[in-house]
Amino acid sequence: MKILLKTLSIVSVFIISFNASAAGGGVNLDHADTDITDEASLQRGAKSFMNNCSGCHSIELMRYNRIAKDLNINEADMAKNLMFNAEKTGSKIFSSMPVDGANKWFGTTPPDLSLTARAKGTDWIYTYLRGFYADDTRPYGVNNHVLKNASMPDALWQSKQDKSELEFNREVRDITNFLDYVSEPVKLIRYEIGVKVLGFLFILFILSYLMKKEYWKDVKYGKWRAKD
Amino acid sequence: MSEQEIDLKKRRFLTNATSVVGAVGVGFVLVPFLSSWMPSARAKAAGAPVDVDISKLEDGQLVRVLWRKKPVWIFKRDKDTVARLDTLNDILVDPNNEEPQQPDYAKNKWRSINPEIAVIIGICTHLGCSPTYRPEVGAADLGGDEWQGGFYCPCHGSKFDLAGRVYKNTPAPINLAIPPYHFVSDTLIRLGVDPKV
Amino acid sequence: MDNNKNWIDQRFPLTKVWNEHLAEYYTPRNFNFWYFFGSLAILVLVIQLFTGIFLTMHYKPDAANAFASVEYIMRDVDWGWLIRYIHSTGASAFFVVIYLHMYRALLYGSYKAPRELIWILGMVLYIALMAEAFMGYVLPWGQMSYWGAKVIINLFGSFPIVGDIILEFILGDYAVGDATLNRFFSLHVIAIPLILVVLVFLHIVALHTVGSNNPDGVEIKQNKDENGIPKDGIPFHPYYSVKDIVGVVVFLMIFSSIVFFAPALGGYFLEGPNFIEANPLMTPDHIAPLWYLTPFYSVLRAVPPMFGSQLPGVLAMFSALLILIALPWLDRSKVKSIRYRSWPYKVALGIFVVTFVVLGWLGMQAVTPLYSLMAQIFTTLYFAFFILMPWFTSIGKTKPVPERTTEK
Repeated sequence: MKILLKTLSIVSVFIISFNASAAGGGVNLDHADTDITDEASLQRGAKSFMNNCSGCHSIELMRYNRIAKDLNINEADMAKNLMFNAEKTGSKIFSSMPVDGANKWFGTTPPDLSLTARAKGTDWIYTYLRGFYADDTRPYGVNNHVLKNASMPDALWQSKQDKSELEFNREVRDITNFLDYVSEPVKLIRYEIGVKVLGFLFILFILSYLMKKEYWKDVKYGKWRAKD
Repeated sequence: MSEQEIDLKKRRFLTNATSVVGAVGVGFVLVPFLSSWMPSARAKAAGAPVDVDISKLEDGQLVRVLWRKKPVWIFKRDKDTVARLDTLNDILVDPNNEEPQQPDYAKNKWRSINPEIAVIIGICTHLGCSPTYRPEVGAADLGGDEWQGGFYCPCHGSKFDLAGRVYKNTPAPINLAIPPYHFVSDTLIRLGVDPKV
Repeated sequence: MDNNKNWIDQRFPLTKVWNEHLAEYYTPRNFNFWYFFGSLAILVLVIQLFTGIFLTMHYKPDAANAFASVEYIMRDVDWGWLIRYIHSTGASAFFVVIYLHMYRALLYGSYKAPRELIWILGMVLYIALMAEAFMGYVLPWGQMSYWGAKVIINLFGSFPIVGDIILEFILGDYAVGDATLNRFFSLHVIAIPLILVVLVFLHIVALHTVGSNNPDGVEIKQNKDENGIPKDGIPFHPYYSVKDIVGVVVFLMIFSSIVFFAPALGGYFLEGPNFIEANPLMTPDHIAPLWYLTPFYSVLRAVPPMFGSQLPGVLAMFSALLILIALPWLDRSKVKSIRYRSWPYKVALGIFVVTFVVLGWLGMQAVTPLYSLMAQIFTTLYFAFFILMPWFTSIGKTKPVPERTTEK
């Protein structure tokens, strides 16, 4: 145990001191501060995504009925209000834009957003969506602080005009939250399962520890005690 | 300290308790692994209800539709054919549909919602081949006069009538299965969903 | 019951094997914390084999479908996410356990005579495990899979004259592609696991032939009682089997915490860019191997190209790995355990541990002049540990080793 502690302390001192010197660099991202357990936020995010984003961006690793089930949205409501690009609730969520059209209009295909939150992080999405500024040299008159020369127009421009800054940030946060959920749907349940698993293992730990202690009495002062 | 009791009863209890709890744990661990063999969300989406338009279906014509990767026959029986279904009781294994091979709403002598429109899963109940459609009455190779039209399984020779009921003395033990379905309109069948009660 | 046992025993040495390897396998009584990791390594191997078998049922080894099939497992397959997270966490856990297991050998001189062959088998296992992990990492076919594979495979292209042919041979194409993925899949799910299982078997047979070392580095077989049982030995079963069960449960608690609460572990176990599908046209901003390979990656980068070839770096990297095999013959010390070693060894081992960790950390960072210099210094230190070992293990005053194991 002494050696373990010594080893750990030497190693951790080094790791900490190196990491301290390595922090920083790149664009400063705002903290998205999303909460995956906030179902209302996820529902608003889903709606906002379908209305503002799904025209160009697919989330094709996701199925409509999965969202309906996970976010407690009635499948019929889902079909009526949120399914613009499919007929069956089991369908994957494709965008409504044809690929060659996208290439013509934007010079590129808008990326699928199923895993963006995992690949780039929620802070990136949150800052990116709020990071558009006017720039006349760009085809859509906007540029972005986070992604230089992004070929995407400011899709949330209307919201930004109509809403207060607080409300607008909330909308972006909801979309970010929704995309975080989309990138890993099991995030909604795995914490809960994890707590149960750890609880179970803890019981097993107590039992097995007591069992070990009982057996090792043989070694301490029973038939296997130190001889001579 | 050295004189402490070694309590074998306590040891046995703890060994058993740990074993039981451990075994329960192994049981829990198996659940996800076994569940992963069940149809996935993709399979379920692909096995979603199928709509079939029957507006162009003619008398005697049969269409095969894939539902949940199984062939489903949809065919039209004219009035004579429907009437002939009554005459076969003696040579069928289960003419009155005692076996639960059909939903309740198809538990009638023509085994369908609409007597003229038959909907049957085309998989032989013997070993799973798909029988051939042989509607011609009195076909010589299928028993001549006794044959009132039906299905013949090329694998092992099972015979079924035009309601999917199995003939006696052929290998298949029970009638062909009827899938859940309902009429969305007069000309549109939705396979895989029961009618609304 | 007894009849059945007899029936089997006449046909297969079941009772004999049970006694020789468990019930009458006498193990030193003084094992400490560091002796959990051998059985934990077996546990992780079993976990990886079991989850791997189930992942193979859903995964598609096809460049066009591989990435989507992993996400299919994560989303569409019932509980597929859990199976996948256990497997991905298991890969890193395997190396955590193995590194601690190896460190134990360094602490207590477990590689020294008569256990050289156990050490060599262990090192071959370690190298096979690296190959297994590397190929497994390619399978999800994300950006890091693709570009990581590209960089590592390119190492083999640095050999003069035959380099290009070796490259095309490994790739089965002119770049990393479908053929590469397909053969890596085969090696990952069949060939290397078989090798691992056989090697583990040999590793244990060799261990049980000479018996376990212990924190005092005392050979317990030199002190036997009238029945021929080592005086400092206790039967492995039930004493160490019940003790190892406690270790297993504690390990599973830590393991589950990662699987359920932080499966990506901040990018150390699953990297963000690997959630973007492989794209041969665009390299990610920063690429590094997963943490368990980075110490050797650092060594590779530390050696500058010479004569217009990357070969020296590649050779340095492979030497860094292979030199570990020579350890039993580099160590000249009369004593095994750190408890009785002279101070130069203690200092050297301390520096070596720090060196290994720093190299590992540097291997994850983007190259800067400072980091390159550091990598060079620590690479030198890494090799110095081995090259100077015959010297620093033979100087200084060792403490007297007791006749018998010590009780704590």
